[in-house]
Amino acid sequence: MSYIPVIGLEIHAELLTQSKIFCSCSAEFGGEQNSRCCPGCSSMPGTLPVLNKTAVKYAIKAGLAMNCEINKFSVFDRKNYFYPDLPKAYQVSQLEFPLCINGYVPIHVDGKEKKIRLNRIHLEEDAGKLIHDDFNAVSLVDLNRGGIPLIEIVTEPDINSAEEAKAFVEQVSLLLQYTGVCSCKMEQGALRCDVNISLMKPEDTEFGTRVEIKNLNSLKSIGRAIEYEIKRQSRMLDNGERIIQETRRFNDNRGETKSMRNKEDAHDYRYFPDPDIPQVNLTDEDLEAIRAELPEMPDKRLERYINEYGLSETDAQIIVNQKLISDFYDETVKNYNNPISVSNFITVELLRRVNLGEVSMDNLPFSAKEFASLIEMADTDKVSKNDAKKILRLMVETGKSPEDIAKENGFLIVNDISKADEIISTVLAENAAVVEQYKNGETKVFGFLMGQCTKKLKGVCTPQVIKETLEAKLK
Amino acid sequence: MNITNLKLREMRDLLDKKSISAIELTQEYLNRINKFDDKIQSYITVTEDLAMDSAKKAQEKIDNGNTNPLCGIPISIKDNICTNGIKTTCASKSLENFIPPYNATVVDKLDSQNAVMLGKTNLDEFAIGATTQSSVFAKTKNPFDLSKVPGGSSGGSAASVSASLCAASIASDTGGSLRQPAALCGVTGLKPTYGRVSRHGLVAIASSMDQIGAIAKDAHDCAFILNTIAGFDCNDATSSKAEVIDFTSKIGESIKGLKIAIPKEFYDSNIGINSEVKNSVLAAAEKYKKMGAELVECCLPSLKYAVATYLILSSAEAASNLSRIDGIKYGHRSTRGENFNELIINSRTEGFGDEVKRRILLGNFVLSIEQYDDYYKKALALRQRFITEYADIFEKCDVILTPTTLSTAARTDENISTPFKTYLDNICTVSSDIASLPAISTTCGYDSNGMPIGMSIIGKKFDEATIVQVADAFEKSFNAVSPELI
Repeated sequence: MSYIPVIGLEIHAELLTQSKIFCSCSAEFGGEQNSRCCPGCSSMPGTLPVLNKTAVKYAIKAGLAMNCEINKFSVFDRKNYFYPDLPKAYQVSQLEFPLCINGYVPIHVDGKEKKIRLNRIHLEEDAGKLIHDDFNAVSLVDLNRGGIPLIEIVTEPDINSAEEAKAFVEQVSLLLQYTGVCSCKMEQGALRCDVNISLMKPEDTEFGTRVEIKNLNSLKSIGRAIEYEIKRQSRMLDNGERIIQETRRFNDNRGETKSMRNKEDAHDYRYFPDPDIPQVNLTDEDLEAIRAELPEMPDKRLERYINEYGLSETDAQIIVNQKLISDFYDETVKNYNNPISVSNFITVELLRRVNLGEVSMDNLPFSAKEFASLIEMADTDKVSKNDAKKILRLMVETGKSPEDIAKENGFLIVNDISKADEIISTVLAENAAVVEQYKNGETKVFGFLMGQCTKKLKGVCTPQVIKETLEAKLK
Repeated sequence: MNITNLKLREMRDLLDKKSISAIELTQEYLNRINKFDDKIQSYITVTEDLAMDSAKKAQEKIDNGNTNPLCGIPISIKDNICTNGIKTTCASKSLENFIPPYNATVVDKLDSQNAVMLGKTNLDEFAIGATTQSSVFAKTKNPFDLSKVPGGSSGGSAASVSASLCAASIASDTGGSLRQPAALCGVTGLKPTYGRVSRHGLVAIASSMDQIGAIAKDAHDCAFILNTIAGFDCNDATSSKAEVIDFTSKIGESIKGLKIAIPKEFYDSNIGINSEVKNSVLAAAEKYKKMGAELVECCLPSLKYAVATYLILSSAEAASNLSRIDGIKYGHRSTRGENFNELIINSRTEGFGDEVKRRILLGNFVLSIEQYDDYYKKALALRQRFITEYADIFEKCDVILTPTTLSTAARTDENISTPFKTYLDNICTVSSDIASLPAISTTCGYDSNGMPIGMSIIGKKFDEATIVQVADAFEKSFNAVSPELI
């Protein structure tokens, strides 16, 4: 029998603040173990949390980007549980009054738009990391990650397939990148996802029993875990078995989910408002100031690229899909106002270099201005289209300006007509026999003459000029 | 004349006049500690070498003309306030070897004035208790009668001041922990408004009520110390930005026309008040009247809920705050346990005493999903009611006068196996903590056995100067006695 999967996601996104949420330790990824912690984030008795205002701002930005209402009154709560990676033995989170509520994120699957509603976005702190050393039979704790600000984005159960789930995570990741609040590097754990999934028959009016799959950290595993769970639950239901409410873990190697704990083991987190952290009270002015800091979001950019710049939807989408590319595109167009030409050069030539791993968008060795001038040189025949590609490669390798590279390598076309005239005459004289053939009607030898001239006229003038001059002389 | 019997500010004069050096003063206190503290057991740790070093430095400052109010003054600090490099045990087995790598903000402030720390004083384990008998290190005695308790949880601090084993002590108050032992030991204890003094470095029990204050020989000395330790601290988000004024500024001003509220519930025999205590406090009220103050009878109808409200809120917060003492990163670690759950359970079972465990259980019970609405939520609502009822009184009055305790100090061997009775004994002090109000306790008399009786003056938020003024007005007309130590 076929069932309708009902899926809700909880996405944890680490915020890109400089310091942690409650102390001034660096919130950067990595670092030598336990080098980024202090009495505060290692929860030394007597220490107190002091809320990082940037973290609040970033959470609000994420909320605005996802069409949420922002609660002007917000409270932090303690979620109490013991775990060795949590030295306070409680996580500061938000239960009753989160910063953001009731948003939505539109996704596109199979050409159809669907709005995935958000229940809330709240701000909380990350835990440390356990390192299990099986060889010495010990477990060690690294607190560098402990206290990095996180937002938890919680959807309504609006997702009905693995594709939709993946599209949603991709779209959320894009929005977070545009707002600049999260690196979204899933491989570094900057974005992690929990999936709640149940199945129902089309005629059912109530959701089935849901299962939670914890801590998925790649798009691929989100998709695979959902597919597996749909199959597993369908099979159970087909066999008349009952689904138990439980938390499961996805094993990436085996492609299976496995039970971690069931409902009976579920924690009572004994939430209560954290008395160490004053309530957050925001004014309309605060919110307006934060809204004003938001960049143009991807949907608006897509619209602009298509309607104002005349890009194809495909190209526009490619550019918008990565904020770094889109920013670089806009910056290049600012320097050379030929949006279509810039788009072509980026989507074909630059992205080829990127995809080949020669260079990455967050670390380009040249400026948008230099890049713009390269495209302009090619468009105005200062260099040939072919040489422009070579120049780009050299820019990637050396970081030199396109002008310097063109000069050094003789790619510049000076369009010296009199010199061209002279050299073409010499070529014709040297190939008198061929010229005779041409004049006798063997017009296919034109290509040969053209080739001879081009070779000798490299950098002197454009192929167009050569062609015209040659035709005139052969008449 | 025994110099250690002097008031702190009298010592200040002698130091400034070079009649005595900070070194001599410190040595004198260390001698007394050596001589008497075996009996009193007010200190957990005496930092003798460090004290002498600090005294030398302080004297250099004084010689160079530095007259910081606390420069060269020997003080003690309750052992739940973190001191860099010096054990801060909270009188618990679980933290018996805890050496903080940082100073509490108050300690930094005292250091910056070259105050001399003599050592860390005893308390009930984790500042939970009212007798200072639950410390794992020592049972502090009342200097007025060694067979009696000093009160608690700051019993070590109060006893050390009472026995002149320091000029003053920095202590903490959550539900009366500073005022109650001050009252039972015959000294003065000032609990400032919540947020007035930074809690950074104070090992928390009930974060929404914990407050650091001073115990000294009189109100003037307490205010003198508060001048140094008060103020906003960027390390404590709950510390207040309210302006720090000179808290001694109103001392000596006439209290003529001042309205003193007498909430009748505090004097009702229903709450179990001892008649000697009641009469002593009411006699003090009459004295105020003679000085020109107006006594206003009023009520605090919710007083009967005060202990329950306090216990629910403070236990809930304490349960959560003490969770970090799990033996993983902090606290005694058990040698038994097959997995981390067992390790945590065994470590906490071995590391905590009975009363602490009782509060942890109570706190987790009232926060559990099933009980939250019936207990914790109702206690939060009651807290609002206390705030309102106090505000109503302060509409008409300037300060409130209550007894600090229901009776004078109990015997150390008195049956303390009925914790509930001990909880009820805090009824006079907890409600001002619930409502975040400042309060000062000072001695207003002695019972037939010569044991001190304390009264409390509760003030409006951030109006410490007035309660100091009122307490001082009484103290000037009262002959406080020091205990005889042999």
